[in-house]
Amino acid sequence: MSVAVRAPERDAIAPLEAAGSTALARERVVPAPRGGPRKRWRPVTDQSKFEAQLDLGFADEIAAEVQGGERLHSCIQCGTCSSVCPLSAYMDLTPRRLIAMSRAGARDEVLHSFSPWVCTSCYACTVECPKRVPITEIMHALRRISMREVTYPRRFVTPVMTQTFVDTIRRRGRSTESWISLKLYLKTRPSELLRNAFVGSRLVLRGRLSLRRESIRRREDLRTMLEAMER
Amino acid sequence: MTPNRYPYYPGCSAKGVGRAYEESLLAVFERLGAGLDELDDWNCCGATAWPSVDDEQALALSARNLALSEERAPGADPVDLVAACSGCYRALVKSEQALAEPGPTSTRLGGALASIGLTYEGRARVRHPLDILVNEIGLDAIRDAVVRPLDGLRVASYYGCLLVRPFASFDDQWNPTSMDRLVSALGAEPVEWPLKTRCCGGSCYCGGPVIGVMPEATMQLSYALLREATERGAEMMVTVCPLCQFNLEGFQGRMTRRFGHPLDLPVAFVSQLVGVALGIDEGRLGIRRLLRWRLPDREPIAVGATAPAQGDRDA
Repeated sequence: MSVAVRAPERDAIAPLEAAGSTALARERVVPAPRGGPRKRWRPVTDQSKFEAQLDLGFADEIAAEVQGGERLHSCIQCGTCSSVCPLSAYMDLTPRRLIAMSRAGARDEVLHSFSPWVCTSCYACTVECPKRVPITEIMHALRRISMREVTYPRRFVTPVMTQTFVDTIRRRGRSTESWISLKLYLKTRPSELLRNAFVGSRLVLRGRLSLRRESIRRREDLRTMLEAMER
Repeated sequence: MTPNRYPYYPGCSAKGVGRAYEESLLAVFERLGAGLDELDDWNCCGATAWPSVDDEQALALSARNLALSEERAPGADPVDLVAACSGCYRALVKSEQALAEPGPTSTRLGGALASIGLTYEGRARVRHPLDILVNEIGLDAIRDAVVRPLDGLRVASYYGCLLVRPFASFDDQWNPTSMDRLVSALGAEPVEWPLKTRCCGGSCYCGGPVIGVMPEATMQLSYALLREATERGAEMMVTVCPLCQFNLEGFQGRMTRRFGHPLDLPVAFVSQLVGVALGIDEGRLGIRRLLRWRLPDREPIAVGATAPAQGDRDA
């Protein structure tokens, strides 16, 4: 079939839809980190699990992490979350599948997924969900669990960013964009540093990017308070 | 007009990439007879990164800011803490709600605050500057103060995600209008467009906006917004979030190359536009910090005419 017809531009949304089918689909492989746990292709039969291998308490484990998390059990698999999610095209498991698999007890697959780390926390799914499942908060909970169990995708940018950001705040109480950016580039993909050097230099010229590190005065207060929350 | 001074929480971005936002907010509030006093020794809100590590600690971070705002205003009156950045706004509101709800979490938060000599009495309320401008100072007062009407400048208001989600505190979650009403009070013409609250992908740059965490994904998301606004005739886009502003403004050249569709839409903070209409000096509004900025000439613009490509240097 040789179809060389250029899709007519219907309206301004067209590039978005077109992107959803082709460009984004290509991109799906891109978030896979270099040196990260590669998912090897296997025949479908190999991926099926025996029920005994499933962790049936996994949904409850997530629910306990989130306020209102027990509504996870009332998900009707309508797919609204996946359709409103601006990033589901980039996820290896869409939000709907993630919830279905959590409830089925596919703990390993869910915790090794990129999806929670691709989520930008825009809360579109949470607001639209007809069963009021707090999906964004569940994504955060999945991040927490995979941080604790070290199942997050190694060298993928978001977990590294999260850790760098949190460490900086823990020490200084405020973040400084320039330093965090710099650290992150060096830790993940130094080549991008050059690519963004032009934009960066324009920001510096306009006084929007400074190397002066922000900090709060009462850093010990912050440390005491955070320790009190740990107990 | 309320001769009121508000405690003000800038957030880390307003000290960096979003510096123009802070400058213009301070100038505009002062001109309108209200003032913003920066909260002393405020700390980071934790953004969406901290909840990925520890949820309750993230609540505690914002609880400290809420308690600090009460500490500086002793008495029994409610305190309106103005949080400029949408990300901080969400974090602070979330913490405010957790503190208000009796339960183990609020007890632990109270204990953590007590360990550093602070208390939260429940007086502090988190407000957004847009909320204050539209609902406290009022559009009539702003309309009266306009000295340089914007003469039908077509403005697309972009609200972003965290301003209206998950908490719809002062505007509609699906079709917010406060910013549109504000710009029409300035004499501009709001552009009707459906992507007002769609994610711009700016969070992919979170923690340091020069990071391309997922450059391709981000560009797709921002491209959809910019092109939609341009095709609906917008001459400028205004927003209230430092991350969105930078993300939408900074990569238009790269998007043009990537998607083969020329993009050149100035993206400013709504407070800057208010400031211009109020006749405040551009130097105090941080206009020169923007990567692209132009106000069309006063002559009426012919329909269908393409704007001359003016490059992306300062006008």
